[in-house]
Amino acid sequence: MKTNSKKLFAGGLGQLTIPLIAIALLVIFNLIRDPSFFSINLSQNNDGNIVLAGNLISIINGASELAILAMGMTLVTAACGGQDISVGAAAAIAGDVFIKVIKAGSVINAGIVILAFLSACLVAMIFGAFNGILVAVFRIQPMIATLILYTCGRSIAYWINGGATPNVKSSILSGIGSFIPGIPIPTPVLIVALMAIIFKLLFRFTSLELLTQSVGINESAAKLNGINTTFIKILSFVILGVCVCVAGIIGTSRLGLINHETLLLDVEMDAILAVAIGGNSLGGGKFKISGSIIGAYVIQMLTTTLYAMKVSSTDVKAYKAIVIILLVVIGSPVVKKKFDKLVRQRISLKKNDSKGAAQA
Amino acid sequence: MKRFKALALAAVLALSLVLTACGKTGGGSNGPIKVGVINNPPSESGYREANVKDMEAVFSAANGYELKTFYSIKNDEQLQAAQGFITEGVDYLLISAAETTGWDEVLTKAKEAGVKVYLFDRMIDVDESLYEAAVVSDMAAEGDTAVKWLLDQNLSEYNVIHIQGAMGSDAQIGRTGALQAQFDNGTMNCVVQQTATWDEAEAKNIVESVINSGESFNVIYAENDGMAKGAVAALDEHGITHGVNGDVIVMGFDCNKWALRELKDGAWNYDGQCSPFQAQIISDLIKGVKTSSDKVIINEEKGFDAKTITDSDIDTYGLGE
Repeated sequence: MKTNSKKLFAGGLGQLTIPLIAIALLVIFNLIRDPSFFSINLSQNNDGNIVLAGNLISIINGASELAILAMGMTLVTAACGGQDISVGAAAAIAGDVFIKVIKAGSVINAGIVILAFLSACLVAMIFGAFNGILVAVFRIQPMIATLILYTCGRSIAYWINGGATPNVKSSILSGIGSFIPGIPIPTPVLIVALMAIIFKLLFRFTSLELLTQSVGINESAAKLNGINTTFIKILSFVILGVCVCVAGIIGTSRLGLINHETLLLDVEMDAILAVAIGGNSLGGGKFKISGSIIGAYVIQMLTTTLYAMKVSSTDVKAYKAIVIILLVVIGSPVVKKKFDKLVRQRISLKKNDSKGAAQA
Repeated sequence: MKRFKALALAAVLALSLVLTACGKTGGGSNGPIKVGVINNPPSESGYREANVKDMEAVFSAANGYELKTFYSIKNDEQLQAAQGFITEGVDYLLISAAETTGWDEVLTKAKEAGVKVYLFDRMIDVDESLYEAAVVSDMAAEGDTAVKWLLDQNLSEYNVIHIQGAMGSDAQIGRTGALQAQFDNGTMNCVVQQTATWDEAEAKNIVESVINSGESFNVIYAENDGMAKGAVAALDEHGITHGVNGDVIVMGFDCNKWALRELKDGAWNYDGQCSPFQAQIISDLIKGVKTSSDKVIINEEKGFDAKTITDSDIDTYGLGE
C-alpha cells in the first residue's frame, strides 16, 4: 500500500495521475450527491432490444465522438506541437458525404453503408492531408493552418447536401448510432474500444509511436537520424482524418440526421482539452493516448453531472471552465514540481524518523 | 446659408424624383418591375433555403419581375448591397436584415430615390414611414398556438420537458413565452427547462439526463424539429413510447417535411409552422391585388396535429425534402 501511494505521488502513474484523480473526484462527488447516480439497469428500448441504461452508460456513450477525436488529436499534437481546430467542421463534411452517398442509392444495405463510410473516410483523409501539408511543408502554425478549414468547413458541408437537414431512416444506421440488436452495449462505445485497439496494434507493430515522439521532441535531430519528418507530420493529420470520419459518422448515425451547422459543434476545443487533461504536452513530444481517452470521459462526466444537477445549459460552460482551470493548474509543471518536492521531503522526514527510532 | 443649402438639396431631390418618375413611365408600363432582394444566405437554415426559393419563384420573369438578389449574414455587406441596388435604380427593395440596427441612412436614401421598401421575415429598428410594409412571422403567436393545442389535449397533469433554442433568438423568445406563462401560473409543471442551442445531440443529452434521474414527464416541447428528433432518440433508447397513443407527447416547430412525416406516422404529436412564404403577399401588395391598412402584416401560420395532418399538407407546407 505504502509503496503504491509512494509510486503514485512520485510519478509512477506518470501523466495519468491527474486525469485519474479528476475522475475519482467526480465519482466521489456524484456518489455523495446521489448514491444511485451510477446505477445501471437493463431496459427494453422501442426496437424491442434489451439494453443497458443509466448515467454511467450515458457518459461512456456520449463521450464516444470526443474520445475518438482525442486519440487522433493526441497524435497530431505530439508530432506537430500544435492542434487541429478544424475537426468539428471536417466531421460535418464527412457526415454529409456519408449521408449523400447513402441517399444516392435506392435501397440502404450494408454494401452502400460501407461504400459511404469509405467515401467519407477518403474525403476526411484528403482534408487531413491538406491540413498536414500546410503544416509540414509550408510550416504554417497548426492552429492557423487549420483555421482555414475551421472557417469554411461547415460551408463546404452545406454545399454537399444543398443545405437543409437530410434525414435517413435505416436499421443499419441506428445499429451504428445506438444499438445492434442482441448487444446491450451502445455501439459507439464498441467503436471507441475498436479504435483504441487499432491504435494499440499500430504502435505495437510499427514504429509510429517512436517516430512521432522523436519528431515532436526534436525535429532537426529526427531529420539528422534519417526520419522523414514531413511525412510523419502529414501522416498524423491523415490518421486524425480517419478519426474525424468515424466521429462524424457516429454523430450522424445517432439520429439519422445531418445538420452541418450543429454536428459536433465546438468539439475541437473539447478534444484539445481532453489531450491536455490527459497530461500530454500541448507542445508536442511524448504522449499517451490512454490519457486523452480518460480526458474525454472526464469532460463528458462533468457535463452529465452538471445536467443531472439541473445546471442551466447556458451556465454549463462556465462551470466547466472553473473545473478545467483547476485541473490544468494542478497539472502544470510548476505545481507538480512543488508537490514532488513536498512529497520527497515528507518521505525523507519519515525515513529520518524511523532511523531515529531505531537508534533509540 | 444653411437654409439655402437645404433648399437646394430639396430642389435637387425633387428634380431627381421627377426624373426617376419620368424614367419609369418612359420605360413603358410593360417593362418588368425591378426588384432587389437583400436576404440571408440559403445556407443559414432550412427555413432560409425555402424562403430564398420562394422569393425566386414568385419574383420571376414569368410574373413580370426582374429580380436582383444579394445574400449575406453580415449587416454591413447587406447595407452596401442595398446602396448598390438603389444606385442601379430598382423599383422595389425587399429586405430581411441581418441586424435590426444601422438601416436609417440607407432607407432614407431609398425613399429619396423613390425606391419602395418592403421588409420581410425580420423587422428593422427604423421609423415606420421608411417602409411600405413589413411581412413578418409572429413567433409569440406560434408559441400561443402550440400551447393552446397542448391545453386542448386535456391531460390530467402536464409534466413538461422544455428544450429551448439559442437563447435570445426571436424564435426562442417567442416560442418560450407562452409556455413560460403556463409554468408561472401553475397549470403546467416544468420538469426541466434547458437550451440546446438548436443542437439535436444536446437535446438528446438533456432528455437522457431527465430519464436517468427517474423523474416522470409526459410532454416534450422542443423549439425546433431537430431538437424534437434528438429528444425522441433518447426516448426510443430507453423504451419510452411517444406520439399518438404513446406515453409522451412530442412537439416540434418549423414544419420540415421529414418532421411532418413523423407526425403522419404518429411518432410525434404536433408541429408548429414558421412560414417562410412571404413573397406572394409582397407581390400582391406591389401589384395592388391586395392592400393593407397595417404597416406590419403577420404571416398566417398553422400548427399541425398528428391526427389530422394530410399528405397534401406535407407537400404544401413542408420545408426541404
